[in-house]
This record gives sequence, C-alpha cells and structure tokens, in this order.
Amino acid sequence: MGMTLDAPDFHVPTSWEQALAVKAAHPEAVPVAGGTDLMVEVNFDRRRPPALLDLTRVPELAAVDRVDGRVRLGAGVPYARMITELGSELPGLAMAARTVGSPQIRNRGTAGGNLGSASPAGDCHPPLLAAGAEVELASVRGVRRVPVAEFFTGPKRSVLEPDELIAAVHVAPATGPQQFAKIGPRNAMVIAVTAFALALHPEQRRVGTGIGSAAPTPRRATDAEEFLSGELAAAGLWSSRGPLPESLVTEFGNRVRAAASPIDDVRGSADYRRHVLAVLARRTLTWAWDAHRSTEQRTGRTA
Amino acid sequence: MHIELTVNGSPREADDVWPGESLLYVLRERLGLPGAKNACEQGECGSCTVYLDGTPVCSCLVAAGQAGGREVTTVEGLADGSGEDRDLDPVQRAFVENGAVQCGFCTPGLIVSTHDLLERNPSPSDPEIREALAGNLCRCTGYEKILDAVCSASGARMDTVRSASGARMGTVRSVDTDRTGATGDLR
Repeated sequence: MGMTLDAPDFHVPTSWEQALAVKAAHPEAVPVAGGTDLMVEVNFDRRRPPALLDLTRVPELAAVDRVDGRVRLGAGVPYARMITELGSELPGLAMAARTVGSPQIRNRGTAGGNLGSASPAGDCHPPLLAAGAEVELASVRGVRRVPVAEFFTGPKRSVLEPDELIAAVHVAPATGPQQFAKIGPRNAMVIAVTAFALALHPEQRRVGTGIGSAAPTPRRATDAEEFLSGELAAAGLWSSRGPLPESLVTEFGNRVRAAASPIDDVRGSADYRRHVLAVLARRTLTWAWDAHRSTEQRTGRTA
Repeated sequence: MHIELTVNGSPREADDVWPGESLLYVLRERLGLPGAKNACEQGECGSCTVYLDGTPVCSCLVAAGQAGGREVTTVEGLADGSGEDRDLDPVQRAFVENGAVQCGFCTPGLIVSTHDLLERNPSPSDPEIREALAGNLCRCTGYEKILDAVCSASGARMDTVRSASGARMGTVRSVDTDRTGATGDLR
C-alpha cells in the first residue's frame, strides 16, 4: 500500500494486536471506524483529535462468531450486517439497526462506534440492555467484559480506559420475542427523541428492557422489569400464554416512564419523552406478548 | 500524508493530505472530481454519496486516510459522457428524461444510490425505492419525478439486460418476462 503507515497523526493497524499496541503507545489517539460520529465533529471543527486510529483495516473486528452459546459481534461490524446476518438471533438489535440513519450510514456505522460514542441516544444500546449483553474491552494489559448496563457512566462517557479499545459485544441469542421502537420526526436520519427496547426471556421467566434518549445514559427500567416478570409468574401467564390484563400493561408503562430522567433539549421536552416512553413500553410489550402467544399457537398446531 | 487510491478505475494520488480531512474533500479539491457534492458535511443529505469498495457511503464521513488503497467510484465513473448519445448510465438518462433534475445538487448522490439499488434489486417496489433513497435529500422536486426516474431506469435496465442476454442466449426468456412484468407494475 502506497500510503504512509503509522504517520505521526494517523495510525493504520492491520491486526488487532497492532491496534492494541498503538492504543497503548498513543492513548490520545481517537479510534475511527465508520466515522459517522467522529467525522461530523471533525468536519464542523468541533474536534481536532491529536491522532486518529483507523480500525477499518483490522479484520478481527469485522467477525461475527459464536462463543459459549452467545453471539460475539465484532466491534467493527456495520449496522447493515446486523440487519442481514443477525435478524433471527438478535432480532431486537437488528430492528434497532434498521432505524439507524440511512443506507449509507448503516453501511459504515458500527456497534463498537455506537458504544464508544456512548450517546444516550445510541440506537444499539436499548436492545443490548434488554438482551443483557456484555461489552468486551481489551488493551495490552488484558481483556475484560463489562455488562452493557455498567458500561455507560454519563452522557458520552463510559468505563473505557484511555489505553482500551472495544473488541466486541457478547449477546445471548433471543429465546423469545424482542421489540424496539423509536420516536423521531421521520423514518430515516433520526436521532431518537426517545427509544425503548423490550426482550422476553421465557426460559428465565424474565423481561429485559432498555431506555434510550431519556436519561443521562441508556438505562434499564429495572423496577418495571421485576414488576412485570413477577406478575407474569404469579398469574401463570408465562406458560398459559393468556392475554395480558390491560391494567398490567398500563402499570408496566407507568413504571418504565418512572425509570427515565429526561431533559428538555432541541429534539423534545422532558414531559414529551416521559409520555412517549410509557406509550412505547405498552406498545412493545403488547407486540412481544402477542408474538409469544402466537408461538404457542404454532407449537400447538404442529404438536 | 500521502495517499494513493483507485478512483473510477484509475490510480490516483494526493500529497499533503491532512488525515482528518474527508474523502469528499480529497475528491473535490485535490483530484478535481466535483461530481460528489458538499452540502451538509454530516451524513444527513447524501449528496456526497460515492462507492467505496463497492459500497455506497457518504464520502464526507470517510477520513482521507481510510480511503488509501481503496477503490472509489464517483458519479463521474458511472459513464464517461462521450459518444453519440453522450454515453450516460441508464440511471442518469432516466433522471434527465423524467425531469428528476431541478437544481441538480442532490442528483449525483441520488444517481449513485439508485445505481446501487438497481445493482442489488433490479425491480424494486415503491417502498424499497423510498427506503433505498432515504439518505438522499432533495429540496426541489418533491421526489415524485425522482421515483418516476428510478422506475424508468429499472425498466430500461431490464430492457438492456434482456436484449444483451437475448442476443447471447435465448434460454433466459421466461425469467426476463417475469422481471419485466414486475417492473411494469411500477409504471
């Protein structure tokens, strides 16, 4: 290749080992993959990174593997591949990926970049939270895994250390219906005003949730999860797959709303976000539960 | 930094490139290819869409250094504009013939996105066209003429494929008929 490798301000590792070595030697180097967040800041002169670390030539980051029964999604896998390759195993994530930007953005933007930017509005985050995913972080010092729920520490901040890079996300394949819903002014090119993801884990008798763009970080609605899981178990609904009482759906929505702590900003008011969140929670629960029930009907027919 | 890349099939190079500048800037300001347009610089408008290693991307969001050694195709590379009928790509011709060009600023990006769509899906449905072009904004046309152009290009493309394949071998007739039928539904 004719370009200058390892120029002082633009690092081009071609293996994961090299990438970690560069990051250790140059912790100030800002990783860039799809560039869909970083290049906007650079183009608008809001940011002048002292050095860039190009991750698009690290083949390990583009891999999707199965490790210990989980999908190991390489940090460099673009949204477009989440849609085409992971729709059945990680349906919530694939749904969220479909709502990202435009085809051009989905061709470039990556799961690792979404996590690294750590925006409260990142579209990957709610489904990863609902699915109980873990982020694999690596440096020359070693590898560690952090639950997504503990990864974010504030708006655009995370537990990532200066010498670390995001290697992958580990996500259990869906064992029940998953849903994702997002509010914005149009279908394409929307930064979420508010987003919500829900995952039913029937084998664990548990419900997972993820709230986007309605708190300083993406977060679970833990109280709502425990409430719904408990009520479903108490009424025997997991196995009977009966219809959900309206009061249960409403209360779930209210508890999801209570888990948010949104702000007023250019995309929407805090009040609107709270309102929307209760609506999205009720909708996604209804959709997912309907799917859960129809799964039983299909099983019943084939049995 | 110095970068070398392939643009529209030819090796190109540029010196004194600031690694944080965009591929779009390299194409327009250093390589004299003003087809891809510079509008929003944040990946919202799609007017800078080019192929990067065969995949449509917003060239404003690709760091110049990331494009080194890669293959880029811009709107200038889809047809050379020479010859008797000025050798336009069928997508370009359809845009001209359907009045899909007004101020023209969004056109190069829309041409590349449409070209990619029809490569992947020769007979797209209306929702598929809208989805494929969702990242390309036009503030003049209201999109109706653009949708007409895409449908027309889809048909023209199939006619080309049909006559080319028909000339080579007569056995793909039934497949062609099916595809043409599907295209016809859009008109």
